[in-house]
Amino acid sequence: MAKLPTPAELAKVSYSPPAKGWMEIKPDFRPGQYVNAADPKWMEWIDYPYPRKWSVPDEDWQLPSNWKEIILEGMEDRLNRFRSLKIFFDICVRCGACADKCHFFLGTGDPKNMPVLRAELLRSVYKRYFTRIGKALGDLVGARDLDESVIKEWFYYLHQCTICRRCSLFCPYGIDMAEMTLLGREMLASIGLNIDWALASVAQCYDKGSHIGATPQAFKDMIDFLAEENERITGISTPVSYNRKGAEILFVTPSGDYFADPGTFTLMGYLLLFKYLDLDYTFSTYAAEGGNFGWFVSHEMGKRLNTKIYEEAKRLKVKWILGGECGHMWRVCNQYMTTWWGESPTFLEEPVSPITGTKFENAKVHKMVHISEFTADLIKHGKLKLDPQRNAHIKLTFHDSCNTARGMGIFEEPRYIINNVLPEGHFFEMPPNTIREKTFCCGSSSGINANENMEARMQGGFPRANAVRYVHEKYGVNHLGCICALDRATLPTLLQYWVPEVDVTGITELVGNALVFEDEIERTTDLRDRDLVGFGEEEGAEEEE
Amino acid sequence: MDFFKRNILAALIAVLGLIAVAYVGVKGNLQLLFGVVIPYMALLIFFEGIIYRVIKWARSPVPFRIPTTAGQQESLPWLKRTLADKLDNPSTFPFTLGRMALEVLAFRSLFRNTRSELIEAPQRPEGAKLVHWSYKWLWLGAIAFHYAFLVIVIRHLRFFTEPVPHFISLLGEVDGFVQFFIPTVYVSGVVLVLAGLYLLGRRITNPNLRYISLASDYFPLFLIIGIGTTGILMRYVYRVDIQAVKQLALGLVTLHPVVPAGIGAIFYVHLFLVCVLLAYFPFSKLLHAPGLFMSPTRNMTSNNRKVLHVNPWNYPVKFHTYMELEDRYREAMYEAGLPLEIEPETMETEGEEE
Repeated sequence: MAKLPTPAELAKVSYSPPAKGWMEIKPDFRPGQYVNAADPKWMEWIDYPYPRKWSVPDEDWQLPSNWKEIILEGMEDRLNRFRSLKIFFDICVRCGACADKCHFFLGTGDPKNMPVLRAELLRSVYKRYFTRIGKALGDLVGARDLDESVIKEWFYYLHQCTICRRCSLFCPYGIDMAEMTLLGREMLASIGLNIDWALASVAQCYDKGSHIGATPQAFKDMIDFLAEENERITGISTPVSYNRKGAEILFVTPSGDYFADPGTFTLMGYLLLFKYLDLDYTFSTYAAEGGNFGWFVSHEMGKRLNTKIYEEAKRLKVKWILGGECGHMWRVCNQYMTTWWGESPTFLEEPVSPITGTKFENAKVHKMVHISEFTADLIKHGKLKLDPQRNAHIKLTFHDSCNTARGMGIFEEPRYIINNVLPEGHFFEMPPNTIREKTFCCGSSSGINANENMEARMQGGFPRANAVRYVHEKYGVNHLGCICALDRATLPTLLQYWVPEVDVTGITELVGNALVFEDEIERTTDLRDRDLVGFGEEEGAEEEE
Repeated sequence: MDFFKRNILAALIAVLGLIAVAYVGVKGNLQLLFGVVIPYMALLIFFEGIIYRVIKWARSPVPFRIPTTAGQQESLPWLKRTLADKLDNPSTFPFTLGRMALEVLAFRSLFRNTRSELIEAPQRPEGAKLVHWSYKWLWLGAIAFHYAFLVIVIRHLRFFTEPVPHFISLLGEVDGFVQFFIPTVYVSGVVLVLAGLYLLGRRITNPNLRYISLASDYFPLFLIIGIGTTGILMRYVYRVDIQAVKQLALGLVTLHPVVPAGIGAIFYVHLFLVCVLLAYFPFSKLLHAPGLFMSPTRNMTSNNRKVLHVNPWNYPVKFHTYMELEDRYREAMYEAGLPLEIEPETMETEGEEE
C-alpha cells in the first residue's frame, strides 16, 4: 500500500488546471489513487465476461480484441434503453455549476473530477460516434476517438465518483453524473474491467448472502454474539430468530451492521428496540444483506442481488419488510426495487406498525419501511421510554447520507429521533451548505472503500471531514451520527485521519442507549462499554476526587 | 496552439466569417437569398430539428424513477414538510409541475448555487479549510440573459403583426422606460449583450471553466452577442428603414415574400446571424431548453414506494436461490439450529464439518 500523506500535505489542493488540454492528458495510475483490478475468480462466480488476471498500472490491460465494438454497441444499447443518458449527453451547456460541488474535485483539484468534465469523458465518445456534428467537427465540439487511453480514463474517473448526486442537485437541467457513472461502469464491465473491492463484495453477496461472505451459520453467530453483548451490558436478553416462517416482519440490514464496529453497536440498538417492542420479526440468512454493491457495478447486478429480499419475504410468508440504516440500500429500495420486481409484491401486505397501528401509506406499494420512519412513529406515539441522559456523553452532529438525502429525502425522521434520545443542547448541525440535500459524501461509497486507494478516499472525504471539524471546534462535537452502514464503515477511517476527536455512530445505537427497560440492570455504560455521564460509579468516583 | 485558444478562436472566426458572408452577400445583391430563402430554411431546420430530437429522446424509455430529491420526503403525516420540501421533493403531480415551473421560469437549481474555496487556516492541523457560500451571480447572469432574450423575441413580433397587438406595444413601452436617448433605448437589448459578455467573461477568466469550454460553448455566445450588437447598432447608429424591414417580415409570415429595396446591409447581417442560431439550435447544447422538460431527475414525481413505476424492458435475471444456499450449507445450518426447508437425511456427514 502506498504511503498515506499527512493531512497537511493532502490539504494543499491546487485548483489550477494544467496547461495542456484535457484530451491530451492521459491518466496516471499513482498508487493510493486507484482500486485494484478484480480477481477473475469473482467474475467467474457471477458469470461476468472476460475474466483474466490483469493489474491497473499495466500498460496492456488485455482487452478483448473487439473491445471497441463492445463499448460502442453497449453505448448504443444504453442510449436506447435510458432516456436519461441521451438527454444528459445532449443538453449539458458546461456552465460549470457542478464543478466545485464534487467532493472529489474539492479534494483532489483534478479537473477531470469536475462532474462536467467527468461526464465529458463519456460524452466525447458519444459525440464522436453518435452525432453528425461530432463526426464533422471533432474536438471543437468535444468529440474524440475511442482508444485504450479513453477506457483507462473512464476506469480511473468513474471510480472517483461515488454516485452521490450532489452535482445533479445543482445542475440547472438535473444532469446526474451518478446515472452516467453507473452506465459507464456497466460498459467497463462488458469488456472485463471491474474493481476488486466492489466485485468481491458482489460475488460474495451473490453466492452466500452478504458482502462479507458470511455463511448462514456464521451470520447467525455474529448476530447472536451481539445479542449476548446486549445482555451483558443491559441485562436484557435480546434473542433473535432466523429464517422463521410466519413472522410478521422480515428485517433486512446491511452486513456492515453485524460485521464491524461501530456498525455492530447500531445492530445492538435494533435488537434492543425490537425486544422492547416484542416485535414479531425475523432475520434471514439468505436475504442477509440490505446493501447492494451490485447496483454499483450494473443495473442488472443490482437486480440480481436485490431480488433475494422479496424472494425471501415470499418464502417466509412475512407481512412486510423493515429495513435498517443504510444509504445506497435505501436509494435502491426507494427508486429501483419494485420496478425491478415488476409489480407490487402481492404476497406482502401494506405495512402497518403493530405497535402504533400507523399505516405507512408512503410505502404501500413497496411494502418496506425504513427503521427511522418506524422509530420516529414509535416515539411520536409515546411508545418508547427513553432516558436521553444516557447519551449525555455524546455531542452529536448528523451526516445526511448522500443516497438517502438525494435519492429519497429522509431528513426529518432521524433528526426527530435524535432530538428525543439526546439531552437538549447536544445536537449541532454542520453548516447549511454541507447538510441535508447539499450533504457531502463520505468519499468512499459506491464500492471504492478499499485500502489501496486510501489517499483518494481521504481526499474525497475532505469536504465532509472539514465540516465535521468546524462543529467539533465550535461546539465540541464528539460524535458524527448517520443512518448508513457504509458511512459507519468509511467515516471512522476518514475522521481518524482528519478529525480524530470525533467518533461515528448510528442513530439506532443512540436509541439503544436511551431505551429504558423495566427489568434492566443498572446502566453504567453505553453499548460501547463507555462510562455514562452522571450514572452509577462515575459519580462516586468524582466525589472521591 | 493550446486547447483554449484553438476553441475560442475557432468560434470567433466562425462568427466573424458568418458576418462577412452576409455582408458580402448583400453587397453582391443576394437580398433574396439572405432575406427570404435562408430565413425559411433556418426556420424549417429549427422546428424540424427540435421535433426530431424530442422524438428521438422520447423513443428511449425512462426505466427507473430517479428524481433528485431535494427536500423532506412524504412519509409520516405529522412530520414537518414545508412548501419548499413539497416542491423540491414532490410526491404528487401538481407539485412536480410546480417544481418544473420553478426550474423553467426561475432556474431553481441554479439559484441553489454555492461557491467553495479553500482558505488558509493556520489554527487547524491540516492548515486549511474549505468554505462554501451562496453564490447567485451565475443565476443572475443566466436569468438576465434568458429573460432579456425572451423580451426581445416578443418585442420583435411587432414586425410580424399588423396591427400590432396591444401587449407587444405595451411590452415595448415598458422595455423602453429609461428614456434618456432618442430613439428610446430598450433595456432588454443592453441587458442581453451585457449578460452575454458576463457569461463569456466568466468562461474566459475562470481557469477551470476555460479548461472545459469548447468552441461549441463560445460559438453561441459570440453569435448571440453578435445578434444583440448588430440589433443595437441598427437601432441607434446605422439606422435602417423600419418600414421596409416590416414589409419584409410581414411578407415572410404571410408567405408572400417581398424584398423591399433600401434596407441596410447591417440588417441582413443581423438576420443572418439569427438564422444561423435557429439552424444551429437542434444540433447543439442549445437543446438544453427542450431537454430540461424531459430531464428525469426533475420531471418525475417522487412517489416510488407508493405508485409502481414500470420499466418496459425489465427482464428476468439469474439470481442465487434460497434452495441453492440451503443445499450447500444444510448440515451446518442444521447444526446451528437454523430452520430448514429440507431436513438433512442422515447425520453421518457431521464429521465433515470443518
